[in-house]
Amino acid sequence: MNHDNYPNDYIRGILNSVKTIALVGASQNPARPSWIVTKYLLERGYDVIPINPGLAGGELLGKKVYASLKDVPFPIDMVEIFRNSEAAGPITDEALALDPLPKVLWMQLSVRNDAAAAKAEAKGLKVVMDRCPKIEFGRLSGEISWQGVNSRMISSKKPVLSGKGFQKLSLNRP
Amino acid sequence: MTDRLPGFNTLAIHAGAAPDAATGARATPIYQTTSFVFDDVDHAASLFGLQAFGNIYSRIGNPTCAVLEERVAALEGGTAALAVASGHAAEFLVFHTLLQPGDEFIAAKQLYGGSINQFNHSYKNFGWNVAWANADDPSSFEAAITPKTKAIFVESIANPGGVIVDLQAIAAIAKKHRIPFIVDNTMATPYLIKPFEHGADIIVHSATKFLGGHGNSIGGVIVDGGSFNFAGDDRYPMLSKPRPEYGGMVLGETFGNFGFAIACRVLGLRDLGPALSPFNAFLILNGIETLPLRMQRHADNTLAVAEHLSTHNKVSWVSYPGLRDDRYHNLAKQYCPKGAGAVFTFGLKGGYEAGVKLVSNLKLFSHLANIGDTRSLVIHPASTTHRQLSDEQKTQAGAGPEVVRLSVGLEDKEDLIDDLNQALDAA
Repeated sequence: MNHDNYPNDYIRGILNSVKTIALVGASQNPARPSWIVTKYLLERGYDVIPINPGLAGGELLGKKVYASLKDVPFPIDMVEIFRNSEAAGPITDEALALDPLPKVLWMQLSVRNDAAAAKAEAKGLKVVMDRCPKIEFGRLSGEISWQGVNSRMISSKKPVLSGKGFQKLSLNRP
Repeated sequence: MTDRLPGFNTLAIHAGAAPDAATGARATPIYQTTSFVFDDVDHAASLFGLQAFGNIYSRIGNPTCAVLEERVAALEGGTAALAVASGHAAEFLVFHTLLQPGDEFIAAKQLYGGSINQFNHSYKNFGWNVAWANADDPSSFEAAITPKTKAIFVESIANPGGVIVDLQAIAAIAKKHRIPFIVDNTMATPYLIKPFEHGADIIVHSATKFLGGHGNSIGGVIVDGGSFNFAGDDRYPMLSKPRPEYGGMVLGETFGNFGFAIACRVLGLRDLGPALSPFNAFLILNGIETLPLRMQRHADNTLAVAEHLSTHNKVSWVSYPGLRDDRYHNLAKQYCPKGAGAVFTFGLKGGYEAGVKLVSNLKLFSHLANIGDTRSLVIHPASTTHRQLSDEQKTQAGAGPEVVRLSVGLEDKEDLIDDLNQALDAA
């Protein structure tokens, strides 16, 4: 995978196929991007599992917080790393020690670790780096266009309402 | 569509404008509403907390205006944009986001007279201090930099004099000193010049002019190039510090490479209020659909008119960079090979009186204070747009007493030349 430029179908495929997302570096501060992304993904129907040793045992946005990936007692589809690029290395190692393996390793906007990505890809995981799943969801669905952001998407087909209200759009835009 | 970036003509028609999700309406609807119903209480909280994308209130954002925003962002190659009530409002919100009281910015002295007034006088009330530099001498920008300098501002093609600015040279200075480089691209439009490709960080437009193009709507646009890293930069607290308005959110961090556009919206537009009407956004969008066709015709007509005037015996000089012997011709070939815009000035041998007579005698050119209309326009800057400037400032801005400015429209060029001939004969 060319990690400088992901095809839209690659990102859409990932966001359509995963259900359980372990978010490493979860925060209980509503002003932090990790809290915002957790909330947004929960609202879009993903089962987000917050990972943060300092908050372990407690609840965040109604979800139980775990100290580390290995403590999660059920399979994880996607690990999203909300830490710095260096920390992404050991977190990737933890993710690759899971059984069953996650299908996707996603590093947040500004986080990039090519060595870790290569390890994960060698084990068959799909990898995304330096992207925000909330921004990508907003871009591919068309929601982000309401904020004047250049979605780099044009289409003569209408966006699809997600069925949960007037202001949520589905990823499955024709 | 594949992921390949569509061409300029395609973007001018389609960017931002999918069919309406609720009704399938193909033309962009005019969402003439102040407010938008929330899905539920939690959804409302998410919107107010900037945690979800969506619409709240048309002062902060409106779906018709949003199409215009994405359209211009796509045409300029930016990450995001913000549509506002006028070009002046666009400049105001940009500086409001970048400057604190006591800060300085550097501007080219070759600017639209309204911007010169805004910078020299109105901005003083906010403690924002302009330092003037010479667009013809990029080193003058470097010489004006102080520790308080927070921005550099130029026009790509300067109004009214047909000045082509060496964007790359000034961008290099801005980059070296880590100062955001703002380019007003009103006169060129992205069809002729794309400032982000030459090192601009932020672009502003008066959409009133060539973007709208039909002389019917005032509007402005701010475009974020996504190239300046504000996060962690203490000089720009609106973007790098926790904002009390949003529970301590750091906008430059949360919104990444479109944080500047978001800050202009959620701090500037929300609190200062110069919102664009959805109806104006609709008209400007309609104009943009034909921008590539119109701009080429504007530029072709202008070159023909300028060439004709340069041989007329009552004309002492013509300042149009499209002319082969113009001092800016080489810069025009470098930055805008498709044409040097549609606005230029020329000098009358008869001076101020001849200028006044010419304006009175024209029958096809309209005498008014605008540019970038389908119709051809004329003005005598010394007695109108630039009259509040001192004589020295007038001359520096290319608006001396003998100067006449034309904005050449889309009529048949033979008719424009005939009209100028009869008016010059009578002047």
